[in-house]
Amino acid sequence: MAHGPAKGIRRWLFATNHKDIGTMYLWFSFTMFLLGGFFAMVVRAELFEPGMQIVRPEFFNQMTTMHGLIMVFGAIMPVFVGLANWMIPMMIGAPDMALPRMNNLSFWILPFGFTLLASTLFMEGGAPNFGWTFYAPLSTTYAPPTVNFFIFGIHIIGASSIMGSINIIATILNLRAPGMTLMKMPLFAWTWLITAFLLIAVMPVLAGAVTMMLMDINFGTSFFDAAGGGDPVLFQHIFWFFGHPEVYIIIIPAFGVISAIIPTFSRKPLFGYSSMVYATAAIAFLSFIVWAHHMFTVGMPIAGELYFMYATLLIAVPTGVKVFNWVSTMFRGAITFETPMLFAIAFVVLFTLGGFTGVMLAIAPADIQYHDSYFVVAHFHYVMVAGALFSSTAAVYYWLPKWCGRMYNETMGKVHFWVSFIGFNITFFPQHFLGLAGMPRRYADYSLQFADWNMVSSIGAFIYGASQLLFLYNVIATIVAGRKVSDPKIWEGAEGLEWTLPTPAPYHTFSTPPAVK
Amino acid sequence: MAGSPARKTALRLALAVPVMFAFAVFVMPPLYDAFCEVTGLGGKTAGRYVNEAPAVDSERMVKVQFLTTNNGTMPWEFRAPAEAVRLHPGESTRVTFYARNVTQHDMVAQAIPSVAPANAARYLHKTQCFCFNRQPLQAGEAAEMPVVFFVDPELPAAVTTITLSYTLFDVTDRQGAGVAAVN
Repeated sequence: MAHGPAKGIRRWLFATNHKDIGTMYLWFSFTMFLLGGFFAMVVRAELFEPGMQIVRPEFFNQMTTMHGLIMVFGAIMPVFVGLANWMIPMMIGAPDMALPRMNNLSFWILPFGFTLLASTLFMEGGAPNFGWTFYAPLSTTYAPPTVNFFIFGIHIIGASSIMGSINIIATILNLRAPGMTLMKMPLFAWTWLITAFLLIAVMPVLAGAVTMMLMDINFGTSFFDAAGGGDPVLFQHIFWFFGHPEVYIIIIPAFGVISAIIPTFSRKPLFGYSSMVYATAAIAFLSFIVWAHHMFTVGMPIAGELYFMYATLLIAVPTGVKVFNWVSTMFRGAITFETPMLFAIAFVVLFTLGGFTGVMLAIAPADIQYHDSYFVVAHFHYVMVAGALFSSTAAVYYWLPKWCGRMYNETMGKVHFWVSFIGFNITFFPQHFLGLAGMPRRYADYSLQFADWNMVSSIGAFIYGASQLLFLYNVIATIVAGRKVSDPKIWEGAEGLEWTLPTPAPYHTFSTPPAVK
Repeated sequence: MAGSPARKTALRLALAVPVMFAFAVFVMPPLYDAFCEVTGLGGKTAGRYVNEAPAVDSERMVKVQFLTTNNGTMPWEFRAPAEAVRLHPGESTRVTFYARNVTQHDMVAQAIPSVAPANAARYLHKTQCFCFNRQPLQAGEAAEMPVVFFVDPELPAAVTTITLSYTLFDVTDRQGAGVAAVN
């Protein structure tokens, strides 16, 4: 074994070790999660009762916008990059990521990107207030002057994502241990391989979109300005050409996590491994050809509506394959319900529910009623919170003992799960009713008939938010003073190369590649 | 550690980045415009019609309605000549819109046309239009703004009424040549 980590701050500033960088990504995303969560609390506090109580409407708009941007780009995307950094080299028998210095760069530009973005809160004109989808002309002609900070922030965040993705692909394609064929890789590596290709394809499109905004705002072009011959609807097409793959970028690594956890606690191999791989690839492909289902109300011709409707409904097929495979894996398994498994099962149930509401929204004539209502808000929080966030929480509980050689407090983990699960459903299930009853999203106030369910939803949000502090406490308590464990296989049903390594995982692993049969 | 195969993979992937960026900035907008112009989606009309006029189809009558809208806070008075005109396909008509700068300062406006239903957009041909140029008006000044157009006899039979809508934008603070090429 070579040397250990450098001492002090240098270990983190100049980190090239995949485990150190993974740790930094995880802590960074958790910080962003708390920040974005705080913004959500402001939103829900204002919506607790009808009328304006706590903030001004302008500030409310900044809160919804920043909540969305921070959660999507700051919490969910980096948490999975952190997990990829930690786990992919250990899963495929590689000594580290393929490009360690680029790995360092892709992490360390993130804090700068988010400082640019968050600093707008303290500037004249306030933070971006045009929603996380930043539709032109709201984000161009009518944007606050801080929009330029937002644009450069997105550029930096995008560059970070692209470098991270290049690194992951280069690692998976070149550094697998001998005998580790692609079809023997754990599903988490597979899902990340596919996600990384999606990121490389669409993050430059996002960069292009914000660059065109920058030109329109500052240099007199008219990409999205009808007065100069441009078209605001073009913005929506470009945005969703990025945005739809983006929502799968968020959820596909979660599929990989769940496909690792469910077999472990069912004590059975994953059902239908190869169909999982093909289903993931199919979902990734379909994500490029369905973007305009976000735009059913812009005035598309009937042929366009029908095409995007049917293509979108088609996504339910590979997604259904995955859900049935997880259920079949659990079927007749010797299941135990440790915290990671609880979160994984909740993922399957709640993500499927979010998928069903997605199918409802995909139906063009129905969507015209649901569009931009709280029904949409409920839908995407079921897939993003109960999907992406629950799975990353499950991943932390699942691998944390491996990372630090200490066991988390199982009772506290279970309390965290149940409070999260109940809090989440109290928050978002009523939003389905609100949306169907006609409450529009992105307003600081609402009509009196929506009052009761909004209060219920806000109470749920406070419960859910508070439960995350318990999670933070549990993680810190584990790292500092958790019960020591040293069995390489923390979970008796776990399979895979990462469980052949000593616990806690040494600083350098697989310096000589393992033999894979 | 980063042997040459990994570096090669990384470089190849990095090439995709400028390609996709250029695709978004330089390919998607013109592609979208071309797509809309060919199909008429979104009610976009083509630029100045330069081919020879087709024969008049006196069997058929089409109603063309006019609509005027001021964008945002554009304060000008902006009126259509009439609610609608009725004409035969192929028959050229001249109508005159009216605009008046009601403010105390000089301004420049740009009118952007749009046609409904969308499948009629590419059958409405303008041989002359105030929307091909910007319209400067001094404080309090008024102008008559002509459009010469005809409806193509190829117009789908199901379409009996076409709406030609103009939105007036304030472009006083804009630099550049205007949008003659895109209307």
